[in-house]
Amino acid sequence: MTTATQPAPGGTEQQGLVERHRQLPRFALAGLFAVGAVVGVLASVLTGFNLVLAVIYAVVLGTLSVYVASRSVEGSRKAVDRLVTCVVTTAFAVAMVPLVSLIWTVLGRGLRRLDGEFFNSSMLGVVGEGGGAYHAILGTLIITGLTALISVPIGLLTAIYIVEYGTGRLKKAITFLVDVMTGIPSIVAGLFAFALFAIFFGPGVRLGIMGATALSVLMIPVVVRSSEEVLKLVPNELREAAYALGVPKWRTIVKVVIPTAIAGLATAVTLAIARVIGETAPLLITVGIINGTNLDPIDGRMATLPVFAYYQLTQPGFPPEFAIDRAWTAALILIILVMALNVVARLISRFFAPKTGR
Amino acid sequence: MTTTSAPPEPPRPKRRVGDRIFAGSATGAGILILVVLAGVAAFLVSEAWPAVTAPAGDIPGGDGLTAYIAPLIFGTLLAAVIALVVATPLAVAIALYITYYAPRRLAAGMGYVIDLLAAIPSVVYGFWGIAALAPAMVPFYVWAEEHLSFIPLFAGPASATGRTMLTAGLMLGVMILPIISAISREVFSQAPALHREAALALGATRWEMIKMAVLPYGKSGVIGGAMLGLGRALGETLAIAIVLSASGGITFNLISNSNPSTIAANIALKFPESTGLDVNTLIASGLALFVITLAVNMLARWVVNRRADFSGAN
Amino acid sequence: MKLSTTTRAAVLSAALAGTLSLAACGASNEGASGSDSSGSSAEELSGDLVGAGSSAQQAAMQAWQAGFNADQPGVNFSYDPVGSGGGREQFLAGGVDFAGSDSALDDEELTAAEEVCGSSGVFELPNYISAIAVIYNLDGVADLNLSPATVAGIFNGSITTWNDPKIAADNPDATLPSTAITAVHRADKSGTTENFTDYLAKTAGDVWTDGKVGEWPISGGEAANGTSGVVASVSGGQGTIGYADESQAGDLGIANIKVGEEFVAPSAEGAAAVVANSERVPGRGDFDFAISVNRETTSVDEYPIVLVSYHIGCVEYDDQAKADAVKAFEAYVISEEGQQAAADAAGSSPISADLREQAQTAVDAITAAG
Repeated sequence: MTTATQPAPGGTEQQGLVERHRQLPRFALAGLFAVGAVVGVLASVLTGFNLVLAVIYAVVLGTLSVYVASRSVEGSRKAVDRLVTCVVTTAFAVAMVPLVSLIWTVLGRGLRRLDGEFFNSSMLGVVGEGGGAYHAILGTLIITGLTALISVPIGLLTAIYIVEYGTGRLKKAITFLVDVMTGIPSIVAGLFAFALFAIFFGPGVRLGIMGATALSVLMIPVVVRSSEEVLKLVPNELREAAYALGVPKWRTIVKVVIPTAIAGLATAVTLAIARVIGETAPLLITVGIINGTNLDPIDGRMATLPVFAYYQLTQPGFPPEFAIDRAWTAALILIILVMALNVVARLISRFFAPKTGR
Repeated sequence: MTTTSAPPEPPRPKRRVGDRIFAGSATGAGILILVVLAGVAAFLVSEAWPAVTAPAGDIPGGDGLTAYIAPLIFGTLLAAVIALVVATPLAVAIALYITYYAPRRLAAGMGYVIDLLAAIPSVVYGFWGIAALAPAMVPFYVWAEEHLSFIPLFAGPASATGRTMLTAGLMLGVMILPIISAISREVFSQAPALHREAALALGATRWEMIKMAVLPYGKSGVIGGAMLGLGRALGETLAIAIVLSASGGITFNLISNSNPSTIAANIALKFPESTGLDVNTLIASGLALFVITLAVNMLARWVVNRRADFSGAN
Repeated sequence: MKLSTTTRAAVLSAALAGTLSLAACGASNEGASGSDSSGSSAEELSGDLVGAGSSAQQAAMQAWQAGFNADQPGVNFSYDPVGSGGGREQFLAGGVDFAGSDSALDDEELTAAEEVCGSSGVFELPNYISAIAVIYNLDGVADLNLSPATVAGIFNGSITTWNDPKIAADNPDATLPSTAITAVHRADKSGTTENFTDYLAKTAGDVWTDGKVGEWPISGGEAANGTSGVVASVSGGQGTIGYADESQAGDLGIANIKVGEEFVAPSAEGAAAVVANSERVPGRGDFDFAISVNRETTSVDEYPIVLVSYHIGCVEYDDQAKADAVKAFEAYVISEEGQQAAADAAGSSPISADLREQAQTAVDAITAAG
């Protein structure tokens, strides 16, 4: 606090016209926070040590000391700004706690079986130890790929319709129904796909494509909703400029609107894929599970990673450890798959996005 | 390719083939959604109908459909509300932190990590919930029962395993956090640079700039993201089925082991072993969930549309 | 930034390459059919054999598939653990060749089965028997004895603490703490619950008044999803008690149940014995071995809380290949070797010799129509 009045380099003295700003240097803030935090930790030690309470006390007191110091030295506007900075940063840290814990759990339990055998063998004829998810990995890739193939064009076109073309009743109805669709419980989507295919192929039918249909019902609205938000953010000035140059509407959309929004669209699609790639309930009903490899989505049951993980966890057999390890590794692989997808999305947005400010 | 002497009112060039195809396919996609939804609705209604018309005594529980579904609806809403209340402020803070506070070099990586978390399958969340979150919450429940039991929410008795409504709600909150924050982040980073720079140039602090230029602009996006999150929270199936100890009726008591189940989790738990009218009853509860989401979304749209003037396209 | 792009591109291409090589090489444990079956003299079968149903049988099915395919690599076997209800429904709709089910077909379903299988009807074989243990987690109590009425009292919520006089009466020598009891039951509808409540209703009908049900009938207590959920909940809390397959109990305490005048621990032999000495449900087809488990047994060699899960199929199939495949599969399952494989993989109880003899008559009867 003693450093508060030190003349900062850059000279506050010459600013005759402007009101003098007194500013806390950076390290003073960090120091203040640390002092508050230490007091907080001490307080919790005195009242019986508890890690969670200690952290809470430390953060609250640290934030308070920064706020008070800033308010007395820099004025209330600056102090509020500092307070918000502290609060936002804390919120971020708080949110990271469960996320880190989750990743830690999955990594800790999944790495045990992340070996070559897991990737190149299926569960055919495997009892107890060993075995892998080769069949399930490929099944998930195929079914998710099919789902994306169905959902992304439909979803994107619908979003384009809503933002660019839609007028009147139909637009309202579609917007509204897309909202309704986001609320379809995943298991109901599965039941729907099952009922639909049962009409044509009789009950007892289980196909990879059924799973893709069920997942599409879930994925389309997510694609529409998030890409709609993104498309809406493309400034109208850009569209008007294109029209003014005589560019037809569809070319304006393809060449101006979509490239401007491509980063957001890629995120939207990735999120949507991420939303469905781990879906378990609808696949339980529509695709089932097998122990061997089936790569043909229009012939018979397929294995998928989430269903594989679910059954390995819930029906582990005896002794249960081997199956439970397989389940966690399957979960880890699912996460890695999505990570790879994310990279693809980011590459797309980097290559196609126009250079803008941010 | 300037057109002939068209009327000067709107700049409407002759409809080109490409335009017609494009507009047609976009409209077609929209209509396809109508068809799919009609299919789902028709399926739900036709399958739920036997349960609606069945005598009350035949419905599981023996007291009729309403008595069967009401606690489920309550549980679904309660869990989703807890999740939304917890997740939305945190998600907005995360988005703000990543877009405007974090060091630029780290921001991209952080956004990446958060996106990733949207992808963790719900089964994994469920097992994390039962393996890590629930036991961690037990001391808090015991403490809450001792000191806060005058609040009906914490009436107790505290659960010995931590598998309570509050745990389930918090877990749902964690699940929808990445969804809300990803979309919020996207809209926050799209806030017009001109507005932001103008605010800063006028001497606004960073927070004032965000309050004036970023939040109003991003509001509809945040609500849209929250609604997407809510959709997931309402329909979440296996994670809730694994974590929540659903053995009771309607109660606001968040920390005991008797909690109302949620619709989706109940379907998942009961469906595999059900036959006949039991299945119809479960599908009727699915229909109820459908209607709830519809109502929630209508409300959200209405809220968003009241402040639609910040959207770029309209 | 430049660097990170190239790094990511490298990661991406590595991932893609990995996927492609995965797809190219195939599963290492598949293919190479028939090379190791030189010892078996049986004729080579082929075609599909599809089953669905009880998830309790999943682990055993895995073992049976492994053993069966070693003999008959040409048969493309799959089993979908959708649940007993789903399995029966699919079987009755003709969607699968056989069903695994935790309960036998009821009268209505038997009538429906005639449409699928014709007049010769169905076979129902109790091929999977598993002891259900009452598991608990209570520090300081290593040995716990419970009579049926006490178990019923704990699970219906009338006994709420561990030092309740009724528990103390069963355990005169133990020092019981005053910890509250958390009774954990299945949240999902299950065959385990159905068999457990059947036991309670038959042996302690005056305390347990809710009868035999698959869905837990009482509100209150702790609910958990699946056997693994019950085990996790019981081990996660203190003073908890639940019911689950004995093989899944792990380190948890297992209560001895009062049978006749003594307290009996669950065992594979006891479970098999009680099923062997139970009566067939009367008035059914010749090959319908639906069993009404003798829960009130007083023999100390028997353990009455068991889950019995059936294989349900047609006695007569339309297609010769299908009939041969089902026949070969069921013959393997009921064989000593098959039952032992299931016991090793799933912790089930091998069926008794008498039961095997009975079942063999059903297996021999499986034919193709015409």
